Amino acid sequence: MSDAAAPSASRLWDLANPTRFLNLAARLIPILAVATIAAFAAGLYMGLRAPEDYQQGSTVLIMFIHVPAAWLAMMCYSLMAVSALGTLVWRHPLADVSVRAAAPLGAAFTFLALVTGSLWGKPMWGTWWVWDARLTSVLVLLIIYLGIIALARAIEEPSTAARSVAVVTLVGFINIPIIKFSVDWWNTLHQPASVSRLAPPAMDAVFLYPLLVMSAAYTLFFFTCHLMAMRNEILRRRVRTMRIQAAAGGSAADVR
Amino acid sequence: MFGDYAGFIVPAYVISALVLASLIVWLWLQHRARLRDLDELERSGARRRSAMKGER
Repeated sequence: MSDAAAPSASRLWDLANPTRFLNLAARLIPILAVATIAAFAAGLYMGLRAPEDYQQGSTVLIMFIHVPAAWLAMMCYSLMAVSALGTLVWRHPLADVSVRAAAPLGAAFTFLALVTGSLWGKPMWGTWWVWDARLTSVLVLLIIYLGIIALARAIEEPSTAARSVAVVTLVGFINIPIIKFSVDWWNTLHQPASVSRLAPPAMDAVFLYPLLVMSAAYTLFFFTCHLMAMRNEILRRRVRTMRIQAAAGGSAADVR
Repeated sequence: MFGDYAGFIVPAYVISALVLASLIVWLWLQHRARLRDLDELERSGARRRSAMKGER
């Protein structure tokens, strides 16, 4: 590791102290919340003033909420995969907290991507749903999220649960490139990438800028919620430990 | 405002707003519940491991 990387790695380990992390979260959450509200206000203002698309008419407005939800669904899972590595390789105490906190958020964004996509697909494609590669792989992502949430709650012993969830999360990561490249690898009803591609975006600035601002708003919203959820998970573990200690102390007193 | 497509655009925005708002409310209620649990535990005499170590 280089000398420059050492201090940042050290700072990452400093946050392994839950109390220090809770203090940081308490400072960051209000700042992120204000930034989220500002970004949503700007994005909605720009989006609702955008002209109608020459092909899609006013349904292009759905793009401003569908695309960020789909991006966040994949970004959230990618973050979970990195956190899962943190659990298995570096054994960072907050890595499992991060995975557990992100899973319900990822499920919500995936659900929104599917619902808003369906509401966009009906007027444009003439159908609510088709079993093409993009839509099916996103549905699989939702099922993986729900499976991870169920698995995390099903195993009582914390370290076993953390390792199991991390392994399943890493195995499920294979679905992310499948979602991303499904529109290139197979013939799908879903359109290919318009923004996140090597060539310049195939979209007029009048649509691209509101989309980018809404994407920033969704991303800020995600990180606000993720910090809140991590804080809740740390407190849940603290409550659990105290209850176990109280029960152990009570039974020891009974024996005496 | 949205022409013939209002029946698709409005539900998309309303559902998105409801889901995002529900996430925030759910997280906030969870936070309150955890703080209440901690408060009850501390009032019943339970202490955190770090507090017990500090006394030793």
